[in-house]
Amino acid sequence: MSKERVNTHPYIPNLVSEVKQEMLRDIGVENIEGLLSTIPKRLRLNRLLDFPDPLLSELDLKKHVSEILSKNKPCTEYLNFLGAGCWQHYVPAVVDEIVHRNEFVTAYAGNTYSDLGKWQAFFEFQSMMGELLEMDAVSLPTFDWGTAASFAIRMASRMNSKKETLVPKIISPERLSIIKNFCNAGSLSGNIEIKLIDYDPKTGLIDLQDLENKLSSNTSSVYIENPSYLGTIESQGDEIARLTHNNGAELIVGIDPISLGLLTPPINYGGDIVCGEIQSLGIHMNYGGGVGGFIATRDDPRYIAEYPTHLVSITDTIDGGFGFGYCTHDRTLYAVREEGKDFTGTTVGLWTIAAAVYMALLGPNCIKEIGQAIIKRSHYAEKMLNEIEGIETLFSPHFFKEFVVNFDNSGKTVNDVNKFLLDHKIFGGKEIVKDFPELGQSSLYCVTEIHSQEDITRLTETLNQAIK
Amino acid sequence: MRKYHAPVWNEPIIMEMGHKGERGIAIPVIEEDIQKSTEDSEFYIPNKMIRKSLPNIPEISQPHILRHYLRLSQQTLGMALNIDLGMGTCTMKHSPLINEELVKSPYFTEIHPLQDDSTIQGILEIIYKFSRYICEISGMDEFTFQPGGGALGIFTNACLIRKYHEINNDLPERNEIITTLFSHPADAACPATAGFKIITLYPNSDTGLPDIEALKAAVSKHTAGLMITNPEDTGIFNPMIDEFVKIIHEAGGLCAYDQANSNALFGITRAREAGFDMCHFNIHKAFSSPHGCMGPACGAVGVRKDLTEFLPVPRVTFDGSKYHLDYDRPNSIGKMREFMGNIETILRAYSWIMSMGPDGLRKVAETSIININYLIKKLTNIRGITLAYPKQNIRLDQARFSLKELKDETDVGTDDVARRIVDFGVQEYFTSHHPWVVQEPFLPEPCETYSKEDIDYWVEIIRYVCEEARTNPETVKTAPHSQTIKKINTKPLNDPNQWALTWRAYIKKKRKK
Repeated sequence: MSKERVNTHPYIPNLVSEVKQEMLRDIGVENIEGLLSTIPKRLRLNRLLDFPDPLLSELDLKKHVSEILSKNKPCTEYLNFLGAGCWQHYVPAVVDEIVHRNEFVTAYAGNTYSDLGKWQAFFEFQSMMGELLEMDAVSLPTFDWGTAASFAIRMASRMNSKKETLVPKIISPERLSIIKNFCNAGSLSGNIEIKLIDYDPKTGLIDLQDLENKLSSNTSSVYIENPSYLGTIESQGDEIARLTHNNGAELIVGIDPISLGLLTPPINYGGDIVCGEIQSLGIHMNYGGGVGGFIATRDDPRYIAEYPTHLVSITDTIDGGFGFGYCTHDRTLYAVREEGKDFTGTTVGLWTIAAAVYMALLGPNCIKEIGQAIIKRSHYAEKMLNEIEGIETLFSPHFFKEFVVNFDNSGKTVNDVNKFLLDHKIFGGKEIVKDFPELGQSSLYCVTEIHSQEDITRLTETLNQAIK
Repeated sequence: MRKYHAPVWNEPIIMEMGHKGERGIAIPVIEEDIQKSTEDSEFYIPNKMIRKSLPNIPEISQPHILRHYLRLSQQTLGMALNIDLGMGTCTMKHSPLINEELVKSPYFTEIHPLQDDSTIQGILEIIYKFSRYICEISGMDEFTFQPGGGALGIFTNACLIRKYHEINNDLPERNEIITTLFSHPADAACPATAGFKIITLYPNSDTGLPDIEALKAAVSKHTAGLMITNPEDTGIFNPMIDEFVKIIHEAGGLCAYDQANSNALFGITRAREAGFDMCHFNIHKAFSSPHGCMGPACGAVGVRKDLTEFLPVPRVTFDGSKYHLDYDRPNSIGKMREFMGNIETILRAYSWIMSMGPDGLRKVAETSIININYLIKKLTNIRGITLAYPKQNIRLDQARFSLKELKDETDVGTDDVARRIVDFGVQEYFTSHHPWVVQEPFLPEPCETYSKEDIDYWVEIIRYVCEEARTNPETVKTAPHSQTIKKINTKPLNDPNQWALTWRAYIKKKRKK
């Protein structure tokens, strides 16, 4: 049991005894006990909490925590090929400078007057995303891609009052699990049934026949991803949209925005609601703490009415300037509690600003160039790996930055291979054996603009040794 | 009072900046071998999927982008810059800079969430140890830090309640969640999203507390659970909270304690002693992780032993020498958020707890309690301000006040005052969640960060503005006057022909006009 009493603390000014006494006197009580009377004795904890004594010195604290952190092996020391929804991209120094500005770090819910800069950065995020997506309505992001997809599915269901969604079999299992938590209310009200659409085992594309079979008058929405979880680029967008719309359903498309310098935005092949992940736009991986999910639609009041998330709108001031406010705030829980559209709250404000700065830095040319750098490097890596005997890559050539590597002919398991790579300071691709057993001993590799030819050569050589 | 004016940079929207041909950054050149051994990028994209024209985002050079966003940051009144004690329910406390330095470390930022356990022992140790500490703080037996915000934490609790009744074959009969009007709106909205019907207990007009007789009348074989904040968003501690829990338990429901307002409870009272089955804390509030312009955040969810099997996967375990991730929980609700959540908030909170120790944490609570009761004493001396539900005039973390008397006398209401106080260099206050059963409300929360002088100064601002409402009401109604911008026109925000969520929509609608 810790015994150290804290009578002064750098974070708590009012611990000074005279000040505290003066305040208590003004309140009209003798001591703190006089104010605790509202908490019945039977509910009180009559002992000190049981954990370590404080490290009051900042230096001691820094040493202590840094020592624990140093047990991690970061991707700056190891060569990383893991992706699967959180990707290692380069984060420009300007982005880091801006997101660490203490004004942004410590701001919260202030209005457009005292926090104009925050609101403007949010509007700029929505505006630049709108240009990447060629869509007029973009919301502030929610927690992650999985929640964004879930909200999109629920928006569609509220719009057409239908209770079934079709989701690709090639989907991140984590994302699917989140979607289930949001949609599968079991026998409670509002349940949305989830059906999986099969894929073509050769190409990874949506199996159109299976889609057609599963579409019915009950289908509220069809959700596809482009690129898919396994990296493949879906070519049949317009056909999927036609089938979906013929059934009176909404087409939802999940995307990785860093692909949009090369890939056409989903609105051009019939996407009604677009969602996806913003982590690729200038946000460090942060052990997965860098993710955030966006939602976008046409600027149609029917869609706007169903967003659960905050929507920042520009407006004018009484002297002809501009300011910002929340559009149709009355649809949210803050106005109408359980009558609101799903829910929102504190999500990923800082990452929204990071993504805005990143998009501004890239501009139209660099967003295309970074797409080219990624797709060429990933295909180069795929080619090099494919040349190794015993290794086969799947779903070529239409993929963006992630691809599936199969080890069936090597006689090794993905687990064996990844262990070998780890011993050589390489994080191999994500094992997908349990999630996609039909793909055998396979793993998902991610290559981005950060991977040099030397990195790829090192991977190739080490893999060569691994399967010997 | 000191003179203040907010920075005014008159920055354009970024969409209007730059020149064709400028750029903010360059991408690494593709090596010759890669260039030669690969096709043009279009080759790898199905024809129909190739983007035909470049996106219409601006072309701006780096110094101007930096300047623009630095200026925007200056036009943002972060907590660290001001006496930010008006934002009740938000616990605007000091976020120590040493913790910001720690989360900037590449040993955290450059970690991929799917790395092998052996390479993330540091992070797992922090998660594991912090979860032991927060278990001790709450009396719960196991925590998950996956939910990326308070509302997602509350939704997680709703999913846990749903799973529990599903396993017990009690769905769909148990389809009602009971909450109270002064619990956070997410305690109603999140279980509704999970498919539950919501029953809301209204406050007794005299005490401000939910009525226990109303609770008794509300429970039935349909009761799935109770989701309740305590102290509620009035700062009043519900002394019958354990009775509430007992009534729900007897009816067969589970009880979730919303501990978003926990800053005054550290080391004093816990979810366990009140009998709760589960609870959630906002790590970005009471545990000092900064609010970050609304995230990244964490709604940490803790449960009692008998519910741990339902928690999201993976769980962090410790075998005495190494930490592991355990996915083998067949009854788990699965994932609430991709990967492990916003562990940056946990890293900061761990560091904060380590800087506090057990007695320091209790001093956080005690100081917050002294601060709010001191503020009540001072504010209620101002003409036009009343404390809502004065029968219980001792509050724990925050207090709900009413400006109804001021409004009746001067026609200046709480929205006007909130918009005026920002002219004095403090952040606006939080009025209250809706519906406003306390008329013209405001809800300050002077947590342990604020000194007596800070509180006195804040009170002086409120006193000044209340007096101004009598002498010069137009000044208050047309506020702000010393802020970055003037009062906005709110009509476009709800008019489809005028609202604009993107620059492209704004331009189109402006042209139409």
